[in-house]
Amino acid sequence: MALSRLSSRSNIISRPLSAAFRRSISTDTTPITIETSLPFTAHLCDPPSRSVESSTQELLSFFRTMALMRRMEIAADSLYKAKLIRGFCHLYDGQEAVAIGMEAAITKKDAIITAYRDHCIFLGRGGSLYEVFAELMGRQDGCSRGKGGSMHFYKKDSSFYGGHGIVGAQVPLGCGIAFAQKYSKEEAVTFAMYGDGAANQGQLFEALNISALWDLPSILVCENNHYGMGTAEWRAAKSPSYYKRGDYVPGLKVDGMDAFAVKQACKFAKEHALKNGPIILEMDTYRYHGHSMSDPGSTYRTRDEISGVRQERDPIERIKKLVLSHDLATEKELKDMEKEIRKEVDDAIAKAKDCPMPEPSELFTNVYVKGFGTESFGADRKEVKAALP
Amino acid sequence: MASLLGRFCRKLVVPGSAHGSRMVSTTACDSEAVKSLNLYSAINQALHIALETDPRSYVFGEDVGFGGVFRCTTGLAERFGKNRVFNTPLCEQGIVGFGIGLAAMGNRAVVEIQFADYIYPAFDQIVNEAAKFRYRSGNQFNCGGINLVFNLPSKSLLLIRLLFIGLTIRAPYGAVGHGGHYHSQSPEAFFCHVPGIKVVIPRSPREAKGLLLSSIRDPNPVVFFEPKWLYRQAVEEVPEHDYMIPLSQAEVIREGNDITLVGWGAQLTVMEQACLDAEKEGISCELIDLKTLLPWDKETVEASVKKTGRLLISHEAPVTGGFGAEISATILERCFLKLEAPVSRVCGLDTPFPLILDAIKSTVNY
Repeated sequence: MALSRLSSRSNIISRPLSAAFRRSISTDTTPITIETSLPFTAHLCDPPSRSVESSTQELLSFFRTMALMRRMEIAADSLYKAKLIRGFCHLYDGQEAVAIGMEAAITKKDAIITAYRDHCIFLGRGGSLYEVFAELMGRQDGCSRGKGGSMHFYKKDSSFYGGHGIVGAQVPLGCGIAFAQKYSKEEAVTFAMYGDGAANQGQLFEALNISALWDLPSILVCENNHYGMGTAEWRAAKSPSYYKRGDYVPGLKVDGMDAFAVKQACKFAKEHALKNGPIILEMDTYRYHGHSMSDPGSTYRTRDEISGVRQERDPIERIKKLVLSHDLATEKELKDMEKEIRKEVDDAIAKAKDCPMPEPSELFTNVYVKGFGTESFGADRKEVKAALP
Repeated sequence: MASLLGRFCRKLVVPGSAHGSRMVSTTACDSEAVKSLNLYSAINQALHIALETDPRSYVFGEDVGFGGVFRCTTGLAERFGKNRVFNTPLCEQGIVGFGIGLAAMGNRAVVEIQFADYIYPAFDQIVNEAAKFRYRSGNQFNCGGINLVFNLPSKSLLLIRLLFIGLTIRAPYGAVGHGGHYHSQSPEAFFCHVPGIKVVIPRSPREAKGLLLSSIRDPNPVVFFEPKWLYRQAVEEVPEHDYMIPLSQAEVIREGNDITLVGWGAQLTVMEQACLDAEKEGISCELIDLKTLLPWDKETVEASVKKTGRLLISHEAPVTGGFGAEISATILERCFLKLEAPVSRVCGLDTPFPLILDAIKSTVNY
């Protein structure tokens, strides 16, 4: 694909900025080729090319969605400190490129299943901000009706299988979903995501073996943010080359802070999985926050390290530089976009705050399938008694 | 439950502390020095003593090196070295299996599972390996055996203690308000169904230290559940010396005549409050702390029920199939003619532990 710059540069100058800007987001699909920052490292396969096909529309939408995700996570941080969100809250800021890049390479028929750091993946799958904040605050209109909380976001119509609190449990599940996909000949794949801490769980290797044995279209994505809670990867794993840990299963190591590298890798992985069975993707990424809101994140790593990554590898900054260098928007336009995003997030929060909590009877719903007729007793057997609906 | 937590002030009056519990001291040293400690500090002290008195004891689990997520293992790595107190990767099944092997070779392995909710990958190891090792090998192997070495000069209690080796699995359990589905479970009932292991649950700091030392030194594999709600909340005078509280001995922590209440762990705090409330209405309650759930002290409970004629069991875990069912059935068999009313169980709801925000407060308002 020939490298073709945005030739309507003169158009942008002659027209009112806002009009041109709006047009370039919605209609301009001029192709652009972007080079990934680092080459891919491959295990038992040929790495894909570093040149990623994209378009101006995609580039701008990457920026917008990642900025939205970042803003959402920061807002969740403040809400947690204000005690509107309680329980657990695991933030994804820093890792947005993985969610975004993956979405760009796949369709809503491909399934994604992940662990508890799932707010941004949910958003990427088409979830709304309102659903996110309502669920975080435990309200009725949350995506899991207020019964799941931060760790359990799901979206069935976009094949997003959530949201799991128990580390590593989602990977065999993901391989099961892949099996179903293969069975129904949907030409779809499953991305089973997990972290560097979870990579040491035994069930992962069981799932890998089964997937390889039966050629399942499952893609295991290790989001390696280098810390399993507070434990650095070299303290937990003999081999921190997670992409190689599949042994007989091919793997690819990807710069997880580069959305285009992620997109290319996921596209490659999908093609591979549909033909040859499982593949492991290791996303080299980083989280700015601690493991969860109760972890300051600075007892096991230096502040210099965190700010260093923020300065040199921040995914949003990278996209911003690309947008500016391709003259797709000016600094001011991007700032305006960020302001718009801030407002969008604030509006969603305000709306979610007004949403009521679930009814007390929801305590007993969905334990079993409806109509099962089992009784559940409460503290006082004579009074609090519900026939599980 | 959540509303109940709010009712108590920061420092709880721990049930039974006024009456004083029976304590068995196995050391000659009779120091009267006590210190006001909370639950995690008491457990920390017990672990320090355990590691000090047996050079072949080890503490390991996820994140124990820096002190653990609940600070129970603070100072251990610094004092005893990284070869005896070390972190493991994130693999519960591996951790417990590893501990069983270590114990089978004559060491004291004190394994920490970070939350009881995560113990299930290790369930197979506990049930199929730890519980059955001694049985299936005809006492050749075990993970908690007594190696009697007859030709060694018997020097002191220290030597005898060295001969008791074993596996102890510690895990924080129970509701803590905001825990949700996977940081609040009470899985004791699953383990009470396994002959070959012991299940111990302390109710307070002083009990925890003594019971933990007994568990570590018990020649059988022990699963030790610590009520995480009480880690900071419960404060008590804990003796500083090395002492053990016997296992499988229940304690009557409050005497009464009208009804017997049986419970364990954090629930006793709630039950103590219930006893005080009932007293205002003229009902005299006898409160028993079971302490060890498997094997449990049937005689104490039986004697009490024969006196009062009524039994109420309370635990956080869901009521169906909870350990209260076992207590109820046994007491019924033993005290049928003395019972004035059916055995009552006031327990958790038969649902997964919910995401508690406000909904639960209005539904379950004791």
